[in-house]
Amino acid sequence: MSGGTALVIDGLEVEFGRFRAVDNLSLAIDYGEVRALIGPNGAGKSTVLNVVAGVTPAKAGRIVLDDTDLIGLSEAQIARKGVRRKFQKPSVFEVLTVRENIELGLGVPVAKAPSGRIDEVLAMVNLTELADRPAGTLAHGQKQWLEIGMVLASDPKILMLDEPVAGLTDEERQRTAALIRALRRPDRAIVVVEHDMGFVEEIADKVTVLHEGRTLFEGPMSRVREDARVIEVYLGR
Amino acid sequence: MKTLFADKSFAALIALCAAAVIVIALFGGTSLLTPYMVNAIGQLAAFAILAVSLDLIWGYLGILSLGHGLFFAIGGYVAAMHLLKHSYEVTGIVPDFMQFMGWKEFPLYWAGLSNFPYALLLALGVTAIVAFVFGYVSFRSKVGGVYFAIISQALVYVAMLLMFRNDTGFGGNNGMTGFSLVFGWPVGQAGTLIGMAVVSIVVLIAVLIGCRLLVTSRTGRMMVAARDDEVRLRSLGYGTLWLKLAIWCLSAVIAAIAGILYVPQVGIINPRVLSPELSLEIAVWVAVGGRGYLTGAVIGALAVNALKFWLSAAAPEVWPFILSGLVVLIVLVFPNGLLDLAGLKWKPRLLSSMGGAK
Ligand SMILES: Nc1ncnc2c1ncn2[C@@H]1O[C@H](COP(=O)(O)OP(=O)(O)O)[C@@H](O)[C@H]1O
Ligand SMILES: [Mg+2]
Repeated sequence: MSGGTALVIDGLEVEFGRFRAVDNLSLAIDYGEVRALIGPNGAGKSTVLNVVAGVTPAKAGRIVLDDTDLIGLSEAQIARKGVRRKFQKPSVFEVLTVRENIELGLGVPVAKAPSGRIDEVLAMVNLTELADRPAGTLAHGQKQWLEIGMVLASDPKILMLDEPVAGLTDEERQRTAALIRALRRPDRAIVVVEHDMGFVEEIADKVTVLHEGRTLFEGPMSRVREDARVIEVYLGR
Repeated sequence: MKTLFADKSFAALIALCAAAVIVIALFGGTSLLTPYMVNAIGQLAAFAILAVSLDLIWGYLGILSLGHGLFFAIGGYVAAMHLLKHSYEVTGIVPDFMQFMGWKEFPLYWAGLSNFPYALLLALGVTAIVAFVFGYVSFRSKVGGVYFAIISQALVYVAMLLMFRNDTGFGGNNGMTGFSLVFGWPVGQAGTLIGMAVVSIVVLIAVLIGCRLLVTSRTGRMMVAARDDEVRLRSLGYGTLWLKLAIWCLSAVIAAIAGILYVPQVGIINPRVLSPELSLEIAVWVAVGGRGYLTGAVIGALAVNALKFWLSAAAPEVWPFILSGLVVLIVLVFPNGLLDLAGLKWKPRLLSSMGGAK
Protein backbone atom coordinates (compact mmCIF):
# COMPACT_ATOMS: atom_id res chain seq x y z
CA MET A 1 0.00 0.00 0.00
CA SER A 2 2.96 2.28 0.59
CA GLY A 3 3.01 5.21 -1.71
CA GLY A 4 -0.54 4.61 -2.93
CA THR A 5 -3.02 7.43 -2.67
CA ALA A 6 -4.87 7.45 0.63
CA LEU A 7 -7.14 10.43 0.45
CA VAL A 8 -8.27 12.42 -2.55
CA ILE A 9 -10.05 15.72 -2.15
CA ASP A 10 -11.49 16.84 -5.44
CA GLY A 11 -13.16 20.14 -6.27
CA LEU A 12 -14.20 20.75 -2.69
CA GLU A 13 -16.38 23.74 -1.91
CA VAL A 14 -17.63 24.72 1.54
CA GLU A 15 -19.81 27.69 2.33
CA PHE A 16 -20.97 29.22 5.58
CA GLY A 17 -23.99 31.25 4.59
CA ARG A 18 -22.68 33.27 1.66
CA PHE A 19 -19.08 33.11 2.78
CA ARG A 20 -16.99 30.63 0.80
CA ALA A 21 -14.51 29.09 3.23
CA VAL A 22 -13.13 26.45 0.83
CA ASP A 23 -13.09 27.18 -2.89
CA ASN A 24 -12.59 24.44 -5.48
CA LEU A 25 -9.86 22.74 -3.51
CA SER A 26 -8.15 19.61 -4.77
CA LEU A 27 -5.61 17.67 -2.82
CA ALA A 28 -4.19 14.15 -2.80
CA ILE A 29 -2.48 12.64 0.19
CA ASP A 30 -0.43 9.45 -0.03
CA TYR A 31 0.02 6.58 2.35
CA GLY A 32 3.30 6.78 4.17
CA GLU A 33 3.57 10.55 4.16
CA VAL A 34 3.23 13.26 6.75
CA ARG A 35 1.52 16.20 5.09
CA ALA A 36 1.53 19.63 6.63
CA LEU A 37 -1.36 21.94 5.88
CA ILE A 38 -0.34 25.51 6.54
CA GLY A 39 -1.66 28.94 5.78
CA PRO A 40 -2.77 32.15 7.44
CA ASN A 41 -5.58 32.19 9.99
CA GLY A 42 -8.94 31.70 8.35
CA ALA A 43 -7.45 30.02 5.30
CA GLY A 44 -9.82 27.09 5.71
CA LYS A 45 -7.46 24.48 7.15
CA SER A 46 -9.69 23.37 10.02
CA THR A 47 -12.68 23.47 7.73
CA VAL A 48 -11.04 20.99 5.36
CA LEU A 49 -10.40 18.58 8.24
CA ASN A 50 -13.97 19.06 9.44
CA VAL A 51 -15.35 18.14 6.05
CA VAL A 52 -13.17 15.04 5.77
CA ALA A 53 -14.32 13.98 9.24
CA GLY A 54 -17.97 14.54 8.32
CA VAL A 55 -18.51 17.27 10.88
CA THR A 56 -19.12 20.00 8.30
CA PRO A 57 -21.06 19.34 5.08
CA ALA A 58 -19.53 20.15 1.71
CA LYS A 59 -21.40 22.14 -0.90
CA ALA A 60 -19.67 20.42 -3.80
CA GLY A 61 -16.80 18.08 -4.48
CA ARG A 62 -15.68 14.58 -3.62
CA ILE A 63 -13.60 13.16 -0.81
CA VAL A 64 -12.40 9.65 -1.55
CA LEU A 65 -10.64 7.34 0.89
CA ASP A 66 -9.25 4.26 -0.84
CA ASP A 67 -12.26 3.69 -3.10
CA THR A 68 -15.06 5.04 -0.92
CA ASP A 69 -16.63 8.44 -1.24
CA LEU A 70 -16.88 9.88 2.28
CA ILE A 71 -19.29 12.66 1.37
CA GLY A 72 -22.68 11.96 2.89
CA LEU A 73 -21.41 9.53 5.51
CA SER A 74 -21.85 10.39 9.19
CA GLU A 75 -18.94 11.29 11.47
CA ALA A 76 -19.17 7.87 13.07
CA GLN A 77 -19.20 5.99 9.77
CA ILE A 78 -16.20 7.94 8.53
CA ALA A 79 -14.37 7.29 11.79
CA ARG A 80 -15.06 3.57 11.44
CA LYS A 81 -13.37 3.63 8.04
CA GLY A 82 -10.18 4.47 9.88
CA VAL A 83 -10.21 8.27 9.93
CA ARG A 84 -9.41 10.12 13.15
CA ARG A 85 -8.95 13.79 13.83
CA LYS A 86 -7.75 15.85 16.70
CA PHE A 87 -9.65 19.09 17.09
CA GLN A 88 -7.97 22.48 17.17
CA LYS A 89 -9.49 23.19 20.57
CA PRO A 90 -8.35 20.27 22.76
CA SER A 91 -11.42 18.07 23.09
CA VAL A 92 -11.21 15.44 25.79
CA PHE A 93 -13.92 14.10 28.08
CA GLU A 94 -13.14 16.02 31.22
CA VAL A 95 -15.15 13.98 33.73
CA LEU A 96 -13.66 10.70 32.55
CA THR A 97 -10.21 9.55 33.59
CA VAL A 98 -7.25 9.62 31.24
CA ARG A 99 -7.47 5.84 30.84
CA GLU A 100 -11.21 5.97 30.13
CA ASN A 101 -10.60 8.61 27.47
CA ILE A 102 -8.07 6.36 25.73
CA GLU A 103 -10.46 3.44 26.12
CA LEU A 104 -13.16 5.34 24.23
CA GLY A 105 -10.52 6.13 21.62
CA LEU A 106 -10.24 2.41 20.85
CA GLY A 107 -13.66 2.59 19.23
CA VAL A 108 -14.41 -0.99 20.33
CA PRO A 109 -14.78 -2.69 23.73
CA VAL A 110 -11.43 -3.30 25.42
CA ALA A 111 -11.83 -7.05 24.97
CA LYS A 112 -11.90 -6.65 21.20
CA ALA A 113 -8.85 -4.38 21.04
CA PRO A 114 -5.28 -5.71 20.93
CA SER A 115 -4.36 -6.61 24.49
CA GLY A 116 -2.38 -4.01 26.37
CA ARG A 117 -3.18 -1.39 23.77
CA ILE A 118 -4.37 1.18 26.32
CA ASP A 119 -1.15 0.96 28.32
CA GLU A 120 0.86 1.15 25.13
CA VAL A 121 -0.92 4.33 24.07
CA LEU A 122 -0.61 5.82 27.55
CA ALA A 123 3.13 5.27 27.37
CA MET A 124 3.35 6.78 23.88
CA VAL A 125 1.75 10.01 25.00
CA ASN A 126 3.60 9.98 28.29
CA LEU A 127 0.51 9.85 30.50
CA THR A 128 1.01 6.50 32.23
CA GLU A 129 1.41 8.10 35.64
CA LEU A 130 -1.72 10.18 35.25
CA ALA A 131 -3.89 7.34 33.95
CA ASP A 132 -6.41 7.49 36.78
CA ARG A 133 -6.75 11.26 36.95
CA PRO A 134 -9.90 12.91 35.56
CA ALA A 135 -8.95 14.49 32.24
CA GLY A 136 -10.35 17.82 33.40
CA THR A 137 -7.53 18.14 35.92
CA LEU A 138 -4.76 17.93 33.30
CA ALA A 139 -2.65 20.86 32.16
CA HIS A 140 -3.21 22.22 28.66
CA GLY A 141 -0.27 20.37 27.12
CA GLN A 142 -1.31 17.11 28.73
CA LYS A 143 -4.82 17.51 27.32
CA GLN A 144 -3.33 17.99 23.84
CA TRP A 145 -1.40 14.78 24.32
CA LEU A 146 -4.37 12.93 25.69
CA GLU A 147 -6.40 13.85 22.64
CA ILE A 148 -3.56 12.69 20.41
CA GLY A 149 -3.63 9.42 22.38
CA MET A 150 -7.37 9.12 21.86
CA VAL A 151 -7.14 9.54 18.12
CA LEU A 152 -4.23 7.18 17.64
CA ALA A 153 -5.52 4.43 19.96
CA SER A 154 -7.48 2.74 17.17
CA ASP A 155 -4.46 2.68 14.85
CA PRO A 156 -6.11 4.84 12.18
CA LYS A 157 -5.26 4.88 8.48
CA ILE A 158 -5.81 8.61 8.25
CA LEU A 159 -4.69 10.68 11.19
CA MET A 160 -5.50 14.38 11.11
CA LEU A 161 -4.00 16.62 13.79
CA ASP A 162 -5.24 20.19 14.00
CA GLU A 163 -2.59 22.38 15.64
CA PRO A 164 -1.21 19.64 17.92
CA VAL A 165 1.48 21.82 19.47
CA ALA A 166 -0.50 25.00 20.04
CA GLY A 167 0.25 26.21 23.55
CA LEU A 168 2.95 23.63 24.20
CA THR A 169 6.42 24.32 25.59
CA ASP A 170 9.52 23.83 23.43
CA GLU A 171 10.30 20.56 25.10
CA GLU A 172 6.74 19.32 24.55
CA ARG A 173 7.02 20.36 20.90
CA GLN A 174 10.13 18.29 20.51
CA ARG A 175 8.45 15.25 21.97
CA THR A 176 5.36 15.75 19.82
CA ALA A 177 7.52 16.02 16.71
CA ALA A 178 9.26 12.77 17.65
CA LEU A 179 5.90 11.10 18.31
CA ILE A 180 4.51 12.15 14.92
CA ARG A 181 7.62 10.90 13.14
CA ALA A 182 7.26 7.61 15.01
CA LEU A 183 3.63 7.30 13.93
CA ARG A 184 4.58 7.52 10.27
CA ARG A 185 3.88 4.19 8.61
CA PRO A 186 3.61 2.88 5.04
CA ASP A 187 -0.10 2.16 5.56
CA ARG A 188 -0.98 5.44 7.19
CA ALA A 189 -1.35 9.04 6.07
CA ILE A 190 -0.88 11.82 8.58
CA VAL A 191 -2.15 15.35 8.03
CA VAL A 192 -0.95 18.05 10.38
CA VAL A 193 -2.27 21.60 10.49
CA GLU A 194 0.30 23.84 12.06
CA HIS A 195 1.52 27.43 12.21
CA ASP A 196 4.96 26.87 13.60
CA MET A 197 7.23 26.60 10.55
CA GLY A 198 10.09 25.14 12.55
CA PHE A 199 7.84 22.36 13.71
CA VAL A 200 6.49 21.79 10.20
CA GLU A 201 10.01 21.55 8.83
CA GLU A 202 10.81 18.88 11.35
CA ILE A 203 7.86 16.61 10.70
CA ALA A 204 6.51 17.12 7.20
CA ASP A 205 7.41 15.27 4.02
CA LYS A 206 5.32 17.58 1.92
CA VAL A 207 3.53 20.86 2.49
CA THR A 208 0.29 22.30 1.18
CA VAL A 209 -0.22 26.00 1.68
CA LEU A 210 -3.83 27.17 1.77
CA HIS A 211 -4.94 30.71 1.24
CA GLU A 212 -8.53 31.91 1.17
CA GLY A 213 -9.79 28.41 0.65
CA ARG A 214 -7.51 27.55 -2.25
CA THR A 215 -4.17 25.83 -2.71
CA LEU A 216 -1.43 28.39 -3.02
CA PHE A 217 1.47 25.98 -3.14
CA GLU A 218 2.15 22.31 -2.85
CA GLY A 219 5.53 20.64 -2.70
CA PRO A 220 8.42 19.52 -0.56
CA MET A 221 9.29 21.57 2.50
CA SER A 222 12.58 22.75 1.03
CA ARG A 223 10.84 24.73 -1.70
CA VAL A 224 8.11 26.38 0.35
CA ARG A 225 10.31 29.07 1.74
CA GLU A 226 11.43 30.09 -1.73
CA ASP A 227 7.99 30.41 -3.26
CA ALA A 228 7.22 34.04 -3.97
CA ARG A 229 3.48 33.80 -3.43
CA VAL A 230 3.86 31.94 -0.14
CA ILE A 231 6.29 34.56 1.09
CA GLU A 232 3.89 37.29 0.13
CA VAL A 233 0.72 36.02 1.78
CA TYR A 234 2.08 33.99 4.63
CA LEU A 235 5.74 33.85 5.50
CA GLY A 236 6.50 37.46 4.74
CA ARG A 237 4.01 38.83 7.22
CA MET B 1 -20.24 -5.56 43.80
CA LYS B 2 -17.23 -3.57 44.86
CA THR B 3 -17.65 -0.87 42.27
CA LEU B 4 -21.40 -0.90 42.73
CA PHE B 5 -21.15 0.35 46.30
CA ALA B 6 -17.84 2.18 45.97
CA ASP B 7 -19.73 5.47 46.11
CA LYS B 8 -20.49 6.03 49.79
CA SER B 9 -23.58 8.16 49.33
CA PHE B 10 -25.03 5.56 47.00
CA ALA B 11 -24.36 2.76 49.47
CA ALA B 12 -25.92 4.86 52.23
CA LEU B 13 -29.03 5.49 50.16
CA ILE B 14 -29.50 1.79 49.42
CA ALA B 15 -29.02 1.01 53.11
CA LEU B 16 -31.59 3.66 54.00
CA CYS B 17 -34.12 2.22 51.57
CA ALA B 18 -33.53 -1.28 52.91
CA ALA B 19 -33.99 0.02 56.45
CA ALA B 20 -37.25 1.70 55.42
CA VAL B 21 -38.54 -1.61 54.08
CA ILE B 22 -37.74 -3.35 57.36
CA VAL B 23 -39.22 -0.60 59.52
CA ILE B 24 -42.42 -0.50 57.47
CA ALA B 25 -42.72 -4.28 57.56
CA LEU B 26 -42.24 -4.34 61.35
CA PHE B 27 -44.03 -1.20 62.51
CA GLY B 28 -46.28 -0.21 59.61
CA GLY B 29 -49.90 0.21 60.67
CA THR B 30 -49.07 0.68 64.36
CA SER B 31 -49.35 4.03 66.09
CA LEU B 32 -45.61 4.52 65.47
CA LEU B 33 -46.13 4.48 61.75
CA THR B 34 -49.74 5.04 60.78
CA PRO B 35 -51.14 3.63 57.53
CA TYR B 36 -51.35 7.23 56.33
CA MET B 37 -47.62 7.70 56.82
CA VAL B 38 -46.82 4.36 55.21
CA ASN B 39 -48.89 5.41 52.22
CA ALA B 40 -47.07 8.76 52.02
CA ILE B 41 -43.70 6.97 52.05
CA GLY B 42 -44.87 4.62 49.32
CA GLN B 43 -45.93 7.56 47.13
CA LEU B 44 -42.60 9.28 47.74
CA ALA B 45 -40.78 6.13 46.63
CA ALA B 46 -42.73 6.27 43.36
CA PHE B 47 -41.71 9.91 42.90
CA ALA B 48 -38.10 9.00 43.64
CA ILE B 49 -38.21 6.42 40.86
CA LEU B 50 -39.62 9.08 38.55
CA ALA B 51 -36.78 11.44 39.49
CA VAL B 52 -34.17 8.74 38.81
CA SER B 53 -35.70 8.12 35.39
CA LEU B 54 -35.25 11.78 34.44
CA ASP B 55 -31.76 11.93 35.93
CA LEU B 56 -30.70 9.05 33.72
CA ILE B 57 -31.53 10.92 30.53
CA TRP B 58 -30.86 14.49 31.68
CA GLY B 59 -28.03 14.09 34.16
CA TYR B 60 -26.07 11.46 32.27
CA LEU B 61 -26.98 12.12 28.65
CA GLY B 62 -27.75 15.84 28.83
CA ILE B 63 -31.20 15.50 27.28
CA LEU B 64 -33.69 17.56 29.24
CA SER B 65 -37.24 16.28 29.02
CA LEU B 66 -39.97 18.56 30.29
CA GLY B 67 -42.55 15.95 29.36
CA HIS B 68 -41.70 12.97 31.53
CA GLY B 69 -45.16 13.22 33.08
CA LEU B 70 -46.39 11.64 29.85
CA PHE B 71 -44.67 8.33 30.55
CA PHE B 72 -45.60 8.45 34.22
CA ALA B 73 -49.20 8.99 33.12
CA ILE B 74 -49.19 6.09 30.65
CA GLY B 75 -48.12 3.77 33.47
CA GLY B 76 -50.64 5.35 35.81
CA TYR B 77 -53.56 5.19 33.40
CA VAL B 78 -52.98 1.56 32.51
CA ALA B 79 -52.64 0.72 36.21
CA ALA B 80 -55.95 2.49 36.88
CA MET B 81 -57.64 0.60 34.06
CA HIS B 82 -56.32 -2.66 35.46
CA LEU B 83 -57.57 -1.83 38.94
CA LEU B 84 -61.05 -0.82 37.73
CA LYS B 85 -61.40 -3.88 35.52
CA HIS B 86 -60.15 -6.15 38.29
CA SER B 87 -62.47 -4.55 40.86
CA TYR B 88 -65.38 -4.81 38.42
CA GLU B 89 -64.76 -8.49 37.79
CA VAL B 90 -64.63 -9.29 41.49
CA THR B 91 -67.28 -6.93 42.88
CA GLY B 92 -69.40 -5.99 39.87
CA ILE B 93 -68.96 -2.28 40.54
CA VAL B 94 -69.26 -0.32 37.30
CA PRO B 95 -66.65 2.49 37.11
CA ASP B 96 -67.99 6.02 37.63
CA PHE B 97 -66.93 7.33 34.30
CA MET B 98 -68.94 4.63 32.50
CA GLN B 99 -72.05 5.43 34.49
CA PHE B 100 -71.43 9.08 33.71
CA MET B 101 -71.21 8.37 29.99
CA GLY B 102 -74.13 5.96 30.15
CA TRP B 103 -71.96 3.09 28.89
CA LYS B 104 -72.97 -0.49 29.67
CA GLU B 105 -69.80 -2.10 28.43
CA PHE B 106 -66.10 -1.40 28.63
CA PRO B 107 -64.58 0.01 25.43
CA LEU B 108 -62.84 -2.61 23.33
CA TYR B 109 -59.30 -1.57 24.30
CA TRP B 110 -60.05 -2.40 27.93
CA ALA B 111 -60.19 -6.08 27.01
CA GLY B 112 -57.91 -8.32 29.04
CA LEU B 113 -56.71 -5.55 31.33
CA SER B 114 -57.86 -7.37 34.46
CA ASN B 115 -54.91 -9.65 33.78
CA PHE B 116 -51.98 -7.94 35.50
CA PRO B 117 -49.08 -9.32 33.43
CA TYR B 118 -50.89 -8.20 30.29
CA ALA B 119 -51.59 -4.76 31.78
CA LEU B 120 -47.94 -4.42 32.78
CA LEU B 121 -46.75 -5.45 29.35
CA LEU B 122 -49.21 -3.06 27.71
CA ALA B 123 -48.14 -0.12 29.90
CA LEU B 124 -44.44 -0.67 29.29
CA GLY B 125 -44.95 -1.53 25.62
CA VAL B 126 -47.02 1.55 24.85
CA THR B 127 -44.54 3.71 26.77
CA ALA B 128 -41.60 2.27 24.86
CA ILE B 129 -43.34 2.75 21.52
CA VAL B 130 -44.36 6.35 22.22
CA ALA B 131 -40.86 7.14 23.53
CA PHE B 132 -39.23 5.43 20.57
CA VAL B 133 -41.25 7.29 17.96
CA PHE B 134 -40.81 10.68 19.62
CA GLY B 135 -37.13 10.02 20.33
CA TYR B 136 -36.37 8.69 16.87
CA VAL B 137 -37.93 11.65 15.12
CA SER B 138 -36.19 14.14 17.40
CA PHE B 139 -32.73 12.60 17.65
CA ARG B 140 -32.71 11.65 13.99
CA SER B 141 -33.21 15.25 12.96
CA LYS B 142 -30.72 16.31 15.66
CA VAL B 143 -33.31 18.15 17.70
CA GLY B 144 -31.75 18.65 21.09
CA GLY B 145 -31.25 21.02 23.96
CA VAL B 146 -33.85 23.67 24.48
CA TYR B 147 -35.89 22.65 21.43
CA PHE B 148 -36.22 19.11 22.65
CA ALA B 149 -37.27 20.33 26.09
CA ILE B 150 -39.97 22.55 24.63
CA ILE B 151 -41.29 19.92 22.22
CA SER B 152 -41.45 17.35 25.01
CA GLN B 153 -43.44 19.82 27.07
CA ALA B 154 -45.79 20.42 24.16
CA LEU B 155 -46.27 16.69 23.80
CA VAL B 156 -47.36 16.24 27.40
CA TYR B 157 -49.67 19.23 27.04
CA VAL B 158 -51.35 17.79 23.95
CA ALA B 159 -51.79 14.50 25.80
CA MET B 160 -53.45 16.39 28.64
CA LEU B 161 -55.92 18.08 26.28
CA LEU B 162 -56.71 14.71 24.78
CA MET B 163 -57.32 13.09 28.13
CA PHE B 164 -59.61 15.92 29.22
CA ARG B 165 -62.08 14.73 26.58
CA ASN B 166 -64.83 12.64 28.11
CA ASP B 167 -65.46 10.35 25.14
CA THR B 168 -62.08 8.64 24.97
CA GLY B 169 -62.84 5.90 27.47
CA PHE B 170 -60.10 6.96 29.89
CA GLY B 171 -62.28 8.77 32.41
CA GLY B 172 -62.01 12.21 30.82
CA ASN B 173 -62.01 15.28 32.96
CA ASN B 174 -62.65 13.46 36.25
CA GLY B 175 -60.17 10.74 35.60
CA MET B 176 -60.47 7.34 37.16
CA THR B 177 -60.90 6.58 40.82
CA GLY B 178 -62.85 4.31 43.13
CA PHE B 179 -60.44 1.39 42.92
CA SER B 180 -61.64 -1.15 45.46
CA LEU B 181 -59.20 -4.03 45.11
CA VAL B 182 -55.51 -4.56 44.40
CA PHE B 183 -54.73 -8.20 43.60
CA GLY B 184 -57.88 -9.05 45.53
CA TRP B 185 -57.00 -7.02 48.62
CA PRO B 186 -59.10 -4.07 49.74
CA VAL B 187 -57.25 -0.92 48.68
CA GLY B 188 -57.54 1.16 51.84
CA GLN B 189 -56.57 -1.55 54.31
CA ALA B 190 -53.38 -1.11 56.34
CA GLY B 191 -51.92 -4.39 55.08
CA THR B 192 -52.48 -3.42 51.46
CA LEU B 193 -50.92 0.01 51.99
CA ILE B 194 -47.91 -1.59 53.66
CA GLY B 195 -47.57 -4.07 50.82
CA MET B 196 -47.72 -1.35 48.15
CA ALA B 197 -45.20 0.85 49.97
CA VAL B 198 -42.78 -2.05 50.42
CA VAL B 199 -43.06 -3.03 46.77
CA SER B 200 -42.43 0.60 45.75
CA ILE B 201 -39.28 0.87 47.85
CA VAL B 202 -38.01 -2.49 46.64
CA VAL B 203 -38.55 -1.39 43.05
CA LEU B 204 -36.75 1.88 43.86
CA ILE B 205 -33.77 -0.13 45.15
CA ALA B 206 -33.77 -2.29 42.03
CA VAL B 207 -33.99 0.76 39.75
CA LEU B 208 -31.17 2.49 41.61
CA ILE B 209 -28.89 -0.54 41.42
CA GLY B 210 -29.72 -1.15 37.77
CA CYS B 211 -29.04 2.48 36.85
CA ARG B 212 -25.85 2.51 38.87
CA LEU B 213 -24.57 -0.55 37.04
CA LEU B 214 -25.47 1.13 33.77
CA VAL B 215 -23.81 4.48 34.43
CA THR B 216 -20.60 2.90 35.69
CA SER B 217 -20.36 0.66 32.62
CA ARG B 218 -18.78 1.43 29.26
CA THR B 219 -22.21 2.52 28.05
CA GLY B 220 -22.36 4.94 30.98
CA ARG B 221 -19.01 6.42 29.96
CA MET B 222 -20.33 6.81 26.42
CA MET B 223 -23.37 8.58 27.86
CA VAL B 224 -21.37 11.27 29.68
CA ALA B 225 -19.06 11.54 26.68
CA ALA B 226 -22.07 12.20 24.42
CA ARG B 227 -23.38 14.67 26.97
CA ASP B 228 -20.17 16.67 27.20
CA ASP B 229 -18.90 16.54 23.61
CA GLU B 230 -21.07 14.65 21.19
CA VAL B 231 -19.08 15.58 18.08
CA ARG B 232 -15.87 14.33 19.71
CA LEU B 233 -17.53 11.03 20.55
CA ARG B 234 -19.06 10.62 17.12
CA SER B 235 -15.75 11.26 15.41
CA LEU B 236 -14.24 8.45 17.44
CA GLY B 237 -16.62 6.11 15.63
CA TYR B 238 -19.65 5.97 17.90
CA GLY B 239 -23.09 6.53 16.46
CA THR B 240 -24.98 8.35 19.18
CA LEU B 241 -28.49 7.99 17.74
CA TRP B 242 -29.09 4.48 19.09
CA LEU B 243 -27.37 5.23 22.37
CA LYS B 244 -29.71 8.16 22.95
CA LEU B 245 -32.75 6.25 21.79
CA ALA B 246 -32.04 3.26 24.02
CA ILE B 247 -31.46 5.35 27.14
CA TRP B 248 -34.43 7.57 26.32
CA CYS B 249 -36.75 4.56 26.03
CA LEU B 250 -35.31 3.02 29.19
CA SER B 251 -35.86 6.29 31.04
CA ALA B 252 -39.46 6.44 29.79
CA VAL B 253 -40.13 2.86 30.87
CA ILE B 254 -38.79 3.58 34.37
CA ALA B 255 -41.08 6.63 34.55
CA ALA B 256 -44.01 4.41 33.56
CA ILE B 257 -43.11 1.95 36.32
CA ALA B 258 -43.22 4.86 38.76
CA GLY B 259 -46.72 5.69 37.48
CA ILE B 260 -47.87 2.10 37.88
CA LEU B 261 -46.73 2.15 41.52
CA TYR B 262 -48.09 5.60 42.24
CA VAL B 263 -51.70 5.34 41.09
CA PRO B 264 -52.88 2.44 43.30
CA GLN B 265 -51.41 4.23 46.30
CA VAL B 266 -52.88 7.65 45.64
CA GLY B 267 -56.19 6.11 44.55
CA ILE B 268 -56.88 8.35 41.55
CA ILE B 269 -55.56 9.41 38.20
CA ASN B 270 -56.77 12.32 36.12
CA PRO B 271 -55.40 14.45 33.28
CA ARG B 272 -53.67 16.75 35.73
CA VAL B 273 -50.70 14.33 35.91
CA LEU B 274 -50.18 15.43 32.32
CA SER B 275 -50.03 19.09 33.20
CA PRO B 276 -46.79 20.78 32.11
CA GLU B 277 -46.40 21.84 35.73
CA LEU B 278 -45.84 18.30 37.01
CA SER B 279 -43.31 17.56 34.28
CA LEU B 280 -41.46 20.74 35.14
CA GLU B 281 -41.50 19.78 38.80
CA ILE B 282 -39.73 16.53 38.04
CA ALA B 283 -36.91 18.52 36.48
CA VAL B 284 -36.82 20.72 39.57
CA TRP B 285 -36.49 17.67 41.84
CA VAL B 286 -33.53 16.46 39.84
CA ALA B 287 -31.93 19.89 39.55
CA VAL B 288 -32.31 20.55 43.26
CA GLY B 289 -30.77 17.20 44.15
CA GLY B 290 -28.02 17.50 41.59
CA ARG B 291 -28.03 16.08 38.10
CA GLY B 292 -25.82 13.21 37.23
CA TYR B 293 -25.92 11.72 40.70
CA LEU B 294 -28.59 9.10 41.14
CA THR B 295 -28.57 9.78 44.87
CA GLY B 296 -29.17 13.45 44.18
CA ALA B 297 -32.29 12.74 42.18
CA VAL B 298 -33.80 10.77 45.05
CA ILE B 299 -32.88 13.40 47.61
CA GLY B 300 -34.27 16.15 45.41
CA ALA B 301 -37.56 14.31 44.94
CA LEU B 302 -37.90 13.77 48.69
CA ALA B 303 -36.89 17.30 49.67
CA VAL B 304 -39.08 19.16 47.17
CA ASN B 305 -42.07 16.92 47.87
CA ALA B 306 -41.68 17.32 51.60
CA LEU B 307 -41.69 21.07 51.07
CA LYS B 308 -44.71 20.86 48.78
CA PHE B 309 -46.54 18.58 51.19
CA TRP B 310 -45.99 20.98 54.04
CA LEU B 311 -46.95 24.01 51.96
CA SER B 312 -50.06 22.43 50.51
CA ALA B 313 -51.42 22.37 54.02
CA ALA B 314 -49.96 25.71 55.15
CA ALA B 315 -50.26 27.92 52.06
CA PRO B 316 -51.24 26.07 48.88
CA GLU B 317 -51.47 29.19 46.73
CA VAL B 318 -47.77 30.01 47.09
CA TRP B 319 -46.54 26.69 45.67
CA PRO B 320 -46.14 27.89 42.06
CA PHE B 321 -44.06 30.80 43.34
CA ILE B 322 -41.91 28.54 45.46
CA LEU B 323 -41.39 26.26 42.49
CA SER B 324 -40.31 29.11 40.21
CA GLY B 325 -38.25 30.51 43.06
CA LEU B 326 -36.42 27.20 43.32
CA VAL B 327 -35.63 27.28 39.62
CA VAL B 328 -34.26 30.81 39.86
CA LEU B 329 -32.25 29.88 42.93
CA ILE B 330 -30.64 26.90 41.24
CA VAL B 331 -29.75 29.00 38.25
CA LEU B 332 -28.25 31.76 40.37
CA VAL B 333 -26.37 29.51 42.76
CA PHE B 334 -25.10 27.23 40.00
CA PRO B 335 -25.02 29.63 37.08
CA ASN B 336 -23.32 27.12 34.81
CA GLY B 337 -24.82 24.06 36.34
CA LEU B 338 -28.40 23.77 35.35
CA LEU B 339 -28.20 23.73 31.63
CA ASP B 340 -24.59 23.42 30.61
CA LEU B 341 -25.01 19.71 31.07
CA ALA B 342 -27.94 19.73 28.72
CA GLY B 343 -25.63 21.31 26.17
CA LEU B 344 -27.70 24.45 26.17
CA LYS B 345 -26.81 28.04 26.46
CA TRP B 346 -29.97 29.27 28.05
CA LYS B 347 -29.78 32.60 29.72
CA PRO B 348 -30.93 32.45 33.31
CA ARG B 349 -33.56 35.03 32.42
CA LEU B 350 -35.21 32.74 29.90
CA LEU B 351 -35.23 29.84 32.29
CA SER B 352 -36.77 31.74 35.17
CA SER B 353 -39.44 33.16 32.93
CA MET B 354 -40.21 29.63 31.79
CA GLY B 355 -40.43 28.53 35.37
CA GLY B 356 -42.83 31.34 36.15
CA ALA B 357 -44.86 31.17 32.98
CA LYS B 358 -46.72 27.94 33.46
N1 LIG C 1 -19.03 27.16 11.61
C1 LIG C 1 -18.66 28.27 10.92
N2 LIG C 1 -19.57 29.21 10.60
C2 LIG C 1 -19.22 30.31 9.92
N3 LIG C 1 -17.98 30.56 9.49
C3 LIG C 1 -17.02 29.67 9.78
C4 LIG C 1 -17.32 28.47 10.52
N4 LIG C 1 -16.17 27.75 10.64
C5 LIG C 1 -15.21 28.47 10.04
N5 LIG C 1 -15.72 29.61 9.51
C6 LIG C 1 -14.97 30.61 8.75
O1 LIG C 1 -14.31 29.93 7.69
C7 LIG C 1 -13.01 30.45 7.51
C8 LIG C 1 -12.01 29.33 7.63
O2 LIG C 1 -11.95 28.90 8.97
P1 LIG C 1 -10.97 27.78 9.47
O3 LIG C 1 -11.09 26.59 8.60
O4 LIG C 1 -11.23 27.58 10.92
O5 LIG C 1 -9.57 28.47 9.28
P2 LIG C 1 -8.13 27.99 9.73
O6 LIG C 1 -7.37 27.88 8.47
O7 LIG C 1 -7.60 29.09 10.59
O8 LIG C 1 -8.26 26.72 10.47
C9 LIG C 1 -12.82 31.53 8.54
O9 LIG C 1 -13.04 32.77 7.95
C10 LIG C 1 -13.88 31.25 9.57
O10 LIG C 1 -14.32 32.43 10.17
MG1 LIG D 1 -7.93 26.24 12.41
